[in-house]
Amino acid sequence: MGNCVVQALGRVTIGTVRDLGKTGWFLLYSFYMIVRRPGSPVQILKQMRFIGTKSLFVIVLTAAFTGMVLGLQGYYTLAKFGSEGMLGTAVALSLIRELGPVLAALMVTGRAGSAITAEIGIMRISEQIDALETMALDPFKYLVTPKFIAAMISLPLLCAIFDVVGIYGGWLVGVKLLGVNPGAYFYEMEKSVVWRDVYSGVVKSFSFGVIIAWIGCYKGYYAGHGAEGVSRATTESVVLTSVLILVWDYFLTSVLL
Amino acid sequence: MISMRNVHKSFGSQKVLDDLCLDIPEGKITAIIGPSGEGKSVLLKHLIGLLQPDSGQVDVDGESIIGLRRSQLNRIREKFGMLFQNVALFDSMTCFENVAFPLQEKTKLSKDEIRRRVLSALEDVGLKNIESKFPDELSGGMKKRVGLARAVVLNPKIILFDEPTTGLDPIIKRAIHQLIKDTHEKFGFTAVIVSHEIPDIFDVAQNVAMLYRGKILQHGSPSEIKNSNHPAVRQFISGSLDGPIHMI
Repeated sequence: MGNCVVQALGRVTIGTVRDLGKTGWFLLYSFYMIVRRPGSPVQILKQMRFIGTKSLFVIVLTAAFTGMVLGLQGYYTLAKFGSEGMLGTAVALSLIRELGPVLAALMVTGRAGSAITAEIGIMRISEQIDALETMALDPFKYLVTPKFIAAMISLPLLCAIFDVVGIYGGWLVGVKLLGVNPGAYFYEMEKSVVWRDVYSGVVKSFSFGVIIAWIGCYKGYYAGHGAEGVSRATTESVVLTSVLILVWDYFLTSVLL
Repeated sequence: MISMRNVHKSFGSQKVLDDLCLDIPEGKITAIIGPSGEGKSVLLKHLIGLLQPDSGQVDVDGESIIGLRRSQLNRIREKFGMLFQNVALFDSMTCFENVAFPLQEKTKLSKDEIRRRVLSALEDVGLKNIESKFPDELSGGMKKRVGLARAVVLNPKIILFDEPTTGLDPIIKRAIHQLIKDTHEKFGFTAVIVSHEIPDIFDVAQNVAMLYRGKILQHGSPSEIKNSNHPAVRQFISGSLDGPIHMI
């Protein structure tokens, strides 16, 4: 009985260490390939259109409502201290430093991360990846590096759009509905938001782009057998990416604060 | 020549190749036959390095392909073309793009020359006016032919066929076999065909090897295999339920 438990524990530990190694190697090899063979510009642009442009609608929609909620909640809290004029600062700092990068990344994970895993997973189970290998071509150059580059460029841009739309969402509620002075909304914001806040948001969204491409491609590349394997890989990809984004966000915040 | 020496391969506790030895002669068509699930596709994937053996040796033209770095393996893979069981055409590309892809990536030919070669390869396999169609708009037989065109377009030295006629009607089946024979005569490549098509495959292949329980039971000319005294080989060729092979 004791032997069985030790054996099972050993199996799980070895499996986990092996998986972690494989995942880490995948990331390192992806960066190596980005430097050596980044893929064709056409492929990169195609992926930017898929990851970036096609995510615009959901980003704008989420950003508008996030900003509006921040406007409402912020006004309610600040009014208790008679500081409604600080609403612009509260909305902008919350969005630029935290909510913009995180929510934009979570939206892209749900829309594009899952699709990346499904696309590569289907190519894996239908032997299209093997076909690339038999042609003496590195599948990373065609399937992985264009997605990495596209995600690393698209995420900071989507995050910037999220921030701007969110700020105007807050303005709509705060200024137009609740009567905050429009001059104070933007003046206080301009006074309080410094380059370091923007830099922190850019660094976060860039690294979230890496996480989305990394986990999305990895889970698809090593998808199991059949439709069930791809379905499981897609679910795992979304869950793991979302968790990693939140955990990594904490570490980055503590470093960049 | 391709040779496999004492090759062992297991997936978990399931032993698939067990001390397997096989020589594939250059410039000839060799067929690998055997019951389903005996590891014929696994054997084929070892020849091109898509799978690595647990132990043993696989040599292509006297050069081992075991434990090579990707760049070294790719140098050897440039000798190969492969037609997969499920064809493995790139489903986001048209037929033209599928056949043109290896030419675009592996050669420096002009666009006009690539176009000429792709159309000629498609015509060689009896396909016309399908260039702009996507794979899912084609029938099974047409897909196999596009796959064959893609496999031969770079004029490789060795072509591997993984069950090229599975799931096709008898006429298309015969047409594909004839196509393999004709392209082999035209280009003179070494061909390895994994197949269940008994007795049709005996008309196509110049060598036949039967795989059973991870080993090559018998290897010889089609007539030697057809007249074999080995009970398992005889049972497989006759399709009888009585004999050493128990499938049910």
